[in-house]
Amino acid sequence: MPLAVELRGVDFAYGRAQPVLRRVELAVAPGELVAIAGPNGGGKTTLVRLALGLERPTDGAARLFGEPAHRFSRRELLGYLAQRSQLGVDAPVTVREVVGAGRLPRTRLFGPLRSDDHAKVEEAIERVGLTAVADRPLMRLSGGQQQRAFLAKALASEPALLVLDEPTAGVDLEAQEALAELIERLHRELGVTILYVSHEFGAVERFVERIVLVQGGIAFDGSPSELPGHWHDPSHLHA
Amino acid sequence: MTPLTSMLSLEFMRLALASGAVVGVLAPAVGFFLVQRRLSLIGDGIGHVAFAGVAAGLLLDIPPVLSALVAALLGAVAIEWLRARRRTAGDQALALVFYTGIAGGVVLVSAAGALDVDLFAYLFGSILTVSRADFAVVAALGLVGIVTVGLLYRALAAVTLDEEGARVAGVPVAALNVLLGVLAAVTIAVSMRIVGVLLIAALMVLPVIAALRIASSLATAMLAALGIGLSSALAGITIAYYADLPPGGSIVLVAAASFLVASGIDRVRSG
Repeated sequence: MPLAVELRGVDFAYGRAQPVLRRVELAVAPGELVAIAGPNGGGKTTLVRLALGLERPTDGAARLFGEPAHRFSRRELLGYLAQRSQLGVDAPVTVREVVGAGRLPRTRLFGPLRSDDHAKVEEAIERVGLTAVADRPLMRLSGGQQQRAFLAKALASEPALLVLDEPTAGVDLEAQEALAELIERLHRELGVTILYVSHEFGAVERFVERIVLVQGGIAFDGSPSELPGHWHDPSHLHA
Repeated sequence: MTPLTSMLSLEFMRLALASGAVVGVLAPAVGFFLVQRRLSLIGDGIGHVAFAGVAAGLLLDIPPVLSALVAALLGAVAIEWLRARRRTAGDQALALVFYTGIAGGVVLVSAAGALDVDLFAYLFGSILTVSRADFAVVAALGLVGIVTVGLLYRALAAVTLDEEGARVAGVPVAALNVLLGVLAAVTIAVSMRIVGVLLIAALMVLPVIAALRIASSLATAMLAALGIGLSSALAGITIAYYADLPPGGSIVLVAAASFLVASGIDRVRSG
């Protein structure tokens, strides 16, 4: 079975600027739960964009499930939860409408959802525990519930690879814990490959099998228990 | 004969009201997605390019609606091209197209020697100028626009809610963005007889922001926006008839009033 994500000798720079990433080697097997961590500005989001084929490496190769990432032909297999600040929730959109939008990659572009698609939408809403508020506008929900709704949206297309970009940013500590537990449970139940991007290690360390630290390249790749001590220092995260 | 039946006995008013009904539904249907994506002023930018198109039509002696449609389409594609490549920020791309359009229009109108009442009708609309042939064009293009929005509602909404997530999952985001620009261009060309190129953008935006104040879901916001747009167009044209006003102004003022009413309802409801 091909690797879910594969970056080989990847360099990347925006235009003629200094390289953001150098000599990146990363292999993620199907079903793994991997934290992509590191300081702000260290290149985490760029690495993820390369892995998803949204950017092309300046040098090296990026592959998704064995195919060149920028030409990946089965994009319905990819679920993506963007950073909260990039998600438009000013409109009175309900949880059900948000999650329904996530079903689009599995359906025709035209016309309404079919009954089996509605069932998948309800299933995704139930998985994140938002059934009771499914018809409520997102703007009337807490930050944690809003993130759960967008997580359900990513799940609605039944992805094989789920990429979560700073899913706990901007939500309170209690909601962060609950969201982290939910992601761990989804991984266990669905067996989906998850890349969990975060600049905070605390929420991540306890439930991932593998942590990849990104700071201009891969600074560490291994079990959280093997993480060098100085990386636990919070001041390091904002270096 | 009542004032209403007296008004409806006039063919030009029947044509104006029928065209207004199409425009009143089409403009907020397209504007709905522009507003959600914080691109409210795109309609204005394309409208100014359409003005250059009207002027070119007057100069070259071709139907101004046709030349305005071509210019609006070029303007819409230019804005999306500049925006998508991120070489120019969205507002700068808009400013570039906006000012080039209005300046080009002034120069071309002057060259055509058409700084007269006819031009005023294209800028702010007129209830006297809609012919049967005009209505046929408005109805056909308007219907195509409304049906397109209806069929692609889910896809347009998905891109509006999370453009990056949709792109990752293989939704043809770039094509949908260009399509939205093309729909905006068609809306402006279709609406210029009634609302005028300088005010049509308001009918794309005001009913939507009014609806957002009172709706409880995306779908009800869309339906409310269509209702407000339709009633603003019909009421505005009726007022224009009795008060002898350019319909663009009265339609937009009714839409603005609906925003005030919706804000009041929202304030009362939220205590």
